[in-house]
Amino acid sequence: MQDNVILQMRNIEKSFPGVRALGGVDFTLRKGEIHALMGENGAGKSTLIKVLTGVYQMDEGEIIVDGQKAVIRSPQDAQNTGISTVYQEITLCPNLTVAENMFIGRGADLLVKQKEYEKRADEILGNLGIPARSRQILGSCSLAVQQMVAIARAVDMQCKVLILDEPTSSLDDKEVNLLFELMRNLKSQGVGIIFVTHFLEQVYEVSDRITVLRNGELVGEYLTEDLPQVELVARMMGKELDELNSLGENEEKKTQNGEVFYEASSLSSSDALPFDFTIHKGEVNGFTGLLGSGRSESVRAIFGADKIGGGEVKIKGEAVKITKPIEAMKHGIGYLAEDRKRDGIIADLSVRENIILALQVMNGFFKPISRSESEAFADEYIKALNIKTASRETPIGSLSGGNQQKVILARWLLTHPDYLILDEPTRGIDVGTKLEIQKLVLKLAEEGVSVTFISSEVEEMLRTCSRLIVMRDRHIVGELKGKDLNQKKVMETIAGGES
Amino acid sequence: MKEKFMKFRKGGLGQLTIPLIAIAILILFNLIRDPGFFSIEITHNNDGNAVLAGNLISVINGASELAVLAIGMTLVTAACGGQDISVGAAAAIAGSAFVKVLKSGPSISGGTVLLAFLCACIVAMLFAAFNGVLVAVFKIQPMIATLILYTCGRSIAYWINGGATPTVDSPIIRAIGRFIPGVPLPTPVLIVAGVTILFMLIFHFTSLELFTQSVGINGSAARLNGINDTFIKLLSFIILGFCVAVAGCIGVSRLELINHETLLLDVEMDAILAVAIGGNNLGGGKFKISGSIIGAYVIQILTTTLYAMKVSSTDVKAYKAVVIVLLVVIGSPVIKAKFAKLMARGRSSKQRVSMKGAK
Repeated sequence: MQDNVILQMRNIEKSFPGVRALGGVDFTLRKGEIHALMGENGAGKSTLIKVLTGVYQMDEGEIIVDGQKAVIRSPQDAQNTGISTVYQEITLCPNLTVAENMFIGRGADLLVKQKEYEKRADEILGNLGIPARSRQILGSCSLAVQQMVAIARAVDMQCKVLILDEPTSSLDDKEVNLLFELMRNLKSQGVGIIFVTHFLEQVYEVSDRITVLRNGELVGEYLTEDLPQVELVARMMGKELDELNSLGENEEKKTQNGEVFYEASSLSSSDALPFDFTIHKGEVNGFTGLLGSGRSESVRAIFGADKIGGGEVKIKGEAVKITKPIEAMKHGIGYLAEDRKRDGIIADLSVRENIILALQVMNGFFKPISRSESEAFADEYIKALNIKTASRETPIGSLSGGNQQKVILARWLLTHPDYLILDEPTRGIDVGTKLEIQKLVLKLAEEGVSVTFISSEVEEMLRTCSRLIVMRDRHIVGELKGKDLNQKKVMETIAGGES
Repeated sequence: MKEKFMKFRKGGLGQLTIPLIAIAILILFNLIRDPGFFSIEITHNNDGNAVLAGNLISVINGASELAVLAIGMTLVTAACGGQDISVGAAAAIAGSAFVKVLKSGPSISGGTVLLAFLCACIVAMLFAAFNGVLVAVFKIQPMIATLILYTCGRSIAYWINGGATPTVDSPIIRAIGRFIPGVPLPTPVLIVAGVTILFMLIFHFTSLELFTQSVGINGSAARLNGINDTFIKLLSFIILGFCVAVAGCIGVSRLELINHETLLLDVEMDAILAVAIGGNNLGGGKFKISGSIIGAYVIQILTTTLYAMKVSSTDVKAYKAVVIVLLVVIGSPVIKAKFAKLMARGRSSKQRVSMKGAK
């Protein structure tokens, strides 16, 4: 092979209980190259990085650094081999100086030979063109500079391979450019850089080569200039790209011509200001607005999740009282909470127990679902929603985010709700599952279920909802439907133009 | 077949492995030390009944109060992520109430005993509800909340019988504390069996287990699924109150008197320990009642063994501590993870060998 190869990972295998995270992945990094590692959530990027940095131990495969087989059992081993990582969150000490941060933990004479170290730090910073001085307190530098100091620290440790894991996610454009300059500088000094990011433009701006992973498998390695952006996206997502495009076009969105299912007037809770809201049978609508605009608080009020302040609620025209989740559930309302980890999963319980939970609560304390019945329910929904789990008795906590979300969806579907509230059901899960969930929403609506769908990705809502309720500063400021349902109009309404 | 095997490895036995091994080792140790240690013989007691006697019987008998308390403690631990340290004091209160009612009439009939037991249950459950309200409604840490009753419980027990330590002289009470005529097994053992069956039925016919675990693992999610987590926590305390009453009444019947100062003294720590030895997470969540019951017997065998080895009662606690340190460390997540890794390595090397053989 080429003699400028600095890192070679061959046939890397890594499995977790029930999931094969990496199935024989190869990865090659050359001297003086910026190599982007791309893939959707769950593709195996972070597992590969963690194997390389000694956080995980691989099951099979070998790692060759600089022509020699490397044994990496801990982050310390990785560092000794010349592999350094700079993570998304800065892991330095903001209350120490730049020089101290660069040399801490690497020699006991740090305090004695302070001057010497500061001189060396300034040299390195100068060489790399990092706009920081050695005696500055790190916390007083901008985030970008802090990140660069972390890189400088890594580089000074004779690093041959530098891993940058989402380094740009908290930087603004100017800072990103500074970082890129530093990366190019390091590249010219022969360092091999692995660049993990989800910003496609940045990949094309700075990287030489791209390796794409999907579902723990290697899709391929490409020269950046040979791979158009659309192709890259298609490779990352597989054939789902076409489906994704067609979904929005083919689906005829239902407008509200059915009967009204749920109606609230001046409903308020401890967290939500009074608002009016109506949803029809078989309608999909959405709440949108910036973070903190009150969209989640409003739907929580519908479900009775917070202390209800006041207001009137009618279901199918009849006045009802919903002050607790159980009352909402008894009236056919289901609620998938925004924070899956905190409010959704019961991590240590099995997939089966998580699926039957809501139905069991509705059935009541004294009518437990029998073991065989619950197993049948679990199997049915694992199959219907294509949930990837080792078995129905696997603890839900060990599933991937997307599969956890499917289990929670199954939990609510099992209660056969008339009205399902989905608050950010697609957050933090891979594109494939996102698509499945969107399809499911439309299918439910077809079957006559009313759905409120909330997502921070506006396109997703435009694709699924026939009506959007826009919130700003905890008030409803607009309701969009028909031809007003486009990104521009939504943005304008959120921003507070005409409403 | 394979699935069954996996279940056996992962869920079914995993948690019980350590307490079962502990019991096995203790029994083996005793058999080597004294082959006759576990011999069971039929003797005739003072009432002329043919009854079983021997170390094994005295272990199972002696652990009765602890086993019953461990059941309730497991539920409180699972739901609230903390422990009730007032069970000893509360048992003294329940026992005092039991004796108070027994002594209220001229003679003690079967009806009186039943009434006295019901009163003891009500009293213990009320005090437990007090603890439960502090924990579930006011969100006070269980150990702090129950510290109140731990501190004042035995004083309350003292007041109930006006400071006296009355004895109870009744064949019925003797039968409860020792043997029912014609039955060779000690009655407390039968009571533990009865309570265990009662809880098995409760778990079978209600969703107590699922709801308790859900609340203990993720209270917020449980609430959003319509579970009343405050009620579940309160319920766990009230159930523990029932267990406390049963344990208190066994204790009183055994001695045929109530001594508010010494009845089930320090039992709370053993009960918590039984839960821990049973492999239950003291931080709440998933639990196994069977583990805690086995844990109770481990503690009792240990104590009996030490006494049988003529260790003085002042030294017993120190020796007990050594064994418990071992058990708890072996059961710790760090050692468990190390062990699992070792097993995995053993398996994969075996696979490699077999693959080579195939070639």
